[in-house]
Amino acid sequence: MGTMPEGTQRESTNSSMHATAQLEDGIVPDPSLPPTSVDESVRDSAERTWTPAKIALWAAIALLGGVAWFMLAIIRGETVNAIWFVFASVCTYLIGYRFYSKVIERYLLKPNDRRATPAEYKADGKDYVRTDRNVLFGHHFAAIAGAGPLVGPVIAAQMGYLPGTIWIIIGVVLAGAVQDYLVLFFSMRRGGRSLGQMAREELGVIGGTAALVATLLIMVIIVAILALVVVNALGESPWGVFSVGMTIPIALFMGVYLRFIRPGKVMEVSLIGFVLLMAAIIGGGAVAGTEWGAAFFHLDKVTIAWGLIIYGFIAAILPVWLLLAPRDYLSTFMKIGVIVMLALAIIVVRPEITVPAFSEYAGRDNGPVFSGAVFPFLFVTIACGALSGFHALIASGTTPKLIEKERQTRLIGYGGMLMESFVAIMALVAAISIDRGIYFAMNAPVALTGGTVETAAAWVNGLGLSGVNITAGDLAQTAKDVGEQSIVSRSGGAPTLAVGLAHIMQQFIGGTAMMAFWYHFAIMFEALFILTAVDAGTRVARFMLQDSIGNFVPKFKEHSWRPGAWLCTAIMVAAWGAVLLMGVTDPLGGINTLFPLFGIANQLLAAIALSVCLAIAAKRTALKYLWIVAAPLAFAAVVTITASFYKIFSPVPAVGYFANNAAFAKALADGKTSFGTAKTQAAMEAVVRNTMIQGWLSIIFVVLSIIVIVTAVMATIKALRNTAAGLPNAENEDPARASRVFAPAGFVPTAAERDLVTEWNQHPAGERLEKSGHH
Amino acid sequence: MRSPDVNAVLAGFRGVAGYLGAVLGADAYRKYLEHHEASGHTSPPLTEREFWRDRTDRQDTSPQGRCC
Repeated sequence: MGTMPEGTQRESTNSSMHATAQLEDGIVPDPSLPPTSVDESVRDSAERTWTPAKIALWAAIALLGGVAWFMLAIIRGETVNAIWFVFASVCTYLIGYRFYSKVIERYLLKPNDRRATPAEYKADGKDYVRTDRNVLFGHHFAAIAGAGPLVGPVIAAQMGYLPGTIWIIIGVVLAGAVQDYLVLFFSMRRGGRSLGQMAREELGVIGGTAALVATLLIMVIIVAILALVVVNALGESPWGVFSVGMTIPIALFMGVYLRFIRPGKVMEVSLIGFVLLMAAIIGGGAVAGTEWGAAFFHLDKVTIAWGLIIYGFIAAILPVWLLLAPRDYLSTFMKIGVIVMLALAIIVVRPEITVPAFSEYAGRDNGPVFSGAVFPFLFVTIACGALSGFHALIASGTTPKLIEKERQTRLIGYGGMLMESFVAIMALVAAISIDRGIYFAMNAPVALTGGTVETAAAWVNGLGLSGVNITAGDLAQTAKDVGEQSIVSRSGGAPTLAVGLAHIMQQFIGGTAMMAFWYHFAIMFEALFILTAVDAGTRVARFMLQDSIGNFVPKFKEHSWRPGAWLCTAIMVAAWGAVLLMGVTDPLGGINTLFPLFGIANQLLAAIALSVCLAIAAKRTALKYLWIVAAPLAFAAVVTITASFYKIFSPVPAVGYFANNAAFAKALADGKTSFGTAKTQAAMEAVVRNTMIQGWLSIIFVVLSIIVIVTAVMATIKALRNTAAGLPNAENEDPARASRVFAPAGFVPTAAERDLVTEWNQHPAGERLEKSGHH
Repeated sequence: MRSPDVNAVLAGFRGVAGYLGAVLGADAYRKYLEHHEASGHTSPPLTEREFWRDRTDRQDTSPQGRCC
């Protein structure tokens, strides 16, 4: 490292670029290197200069976005074209990214490119590696986006398209992307520390422990409900069971290929895996068409759930190279491909949407797909895509160890989340492009639809929804088109999205003959994303449990100690497996009662993450900018705590777990043999048991989260008081070190960044990197 | 001779494939070698096979989260 005396400035031809060397950030850059940051004043003047072309561009974006929002929200025609969803979202994202995330950067986070990132000062060529910003953007996006944004918006479409659209687009700009950006930045400043470690440091033992326990429980719920989505999509579907089942041997083959045959040929094996995957989808149709295939792969939901539980345990104890790593390659490969394809298809096909902006259920709390009013239940039904607490675990995991320059956190953290939000919007568009009658027949529980095409059609037509009139023939024909035996009561969001996607894609490629392929293609990638999340979630939760038990029994902290690893894996799998089985066998329709718990859990995690960010932000910024963190935190807290209170205290049985519990318990006590949708005494007992567990889970979540929020607010007040009194706050950041590299911050480099890159390129390559010689 | 158009298409295709590969982490070994070289180690670097073994084996004890 350079050891020139402090304040020494390097001779330079363009001295204005190097004024930053005089900044008082305690960093002594190596004088032999070009500057590692664009000069503050140069950047400032570039950002604040509004040329006519720049003004025209942003005016056009704002105008197009405004027109699109007008078409979606104000115009009440028969139909609305899907392209307006694309314009409204993309224009709003651009404005949010250019203006709001800049405010956060400038006034709250204040990144300093003169400072080395962990990827630089901890570089080991393995875990801490400087990664090109565009590559890391894709990498981070693939880690945060999965089945979540594809499922929530579909279920929320019960309320009409507008409430969900507004929440997804506005929510991400003001809350979801803010959370991801802050957590990523703060973790990066702390050498890539995890959310749990940061909570412990900032909130103390009580807050930290509550955050850890809450995170663990929340992960169990999230994994269980994702698994439930897969089970619902595969139940009684021989084609789906075959093709998704084939992903296991395909992944095993890829794992062996990479380990023993051609190590490191990741792209090659991913392509082979992709071809095999397509073959499995096509083969699934042929197999399901034969008599033995239809019989052998026709499994009921309980069997599939048990299969998934056993699979989950085995997958979590197998070595990573054999199953998880190859499937992760496949999943990432599919993720990027599918999203590009879906966006292209929607832009090319531009389907007309007949779903109303606000449906009949927007003003009621007894919708068949999920119960509860718009506030707060819409905001917990759509978590991923608008505000997802789970991202805080990713943004404080791998990504901060790969960031090249501090200023790139805005592109990767904020920008990455905007991208996920766009996926959620496209999923919403795909789901609402199908007929509304079919939507309700697919998403209502069997208890309401009766399970057959005749009863389902009669029930849907009896709902009194405007413009809805379906026949049993329509439902049977749709099922036939997508190669399924039935589409009635295929709740969980995934099958509805798959029908919507098949509907759009067949207009793009292949026509009706290809609908069955596209349907199973969609089911396949959703299942692939979810299985990867289930695997990884089980593993992460197991390590968290091992570390927690390790505080009392130190032996458990040894991650390679097999009995400890197996025991903790078994505990985690048993935990999510129990919730999954409860959902599968629930007489009230598992998704319909459990999905709110998924959203509440995810957003309570967001509230926890934002609380930690608030406590950190209070130490580094003035009170007047704390609203950037406080506003989304307050919103998430109000939504989730209100939703939890409804779930705990509501006297309406459809909404409150304990009210439902009391109603069924009373019916049992009265000696009834059937009550509501439970047709047997055993089913009634199941409802009593399930609602009791769900109710207590809600209580535990909300209590833990309130503890975290209260400790965070206390830490925040303490930090603000210290600042006011002129006392220093304890700083948990890693010490600042001088950076020795430069890279632009955004997708498109600015003029000043291009000049600097040129200057670096002219610098002898051998002198650019630090010769540390350690290890 | 290939026409310039074909070359442009090939270059574009290679660019996309290179980007996808980098997102998947296919260039991890190359980056490890670069780091090894730049940090002035005297010991020989891991071979490609050893590197990938080490990489996946370390993931066994430090799992990466995958979101919903």
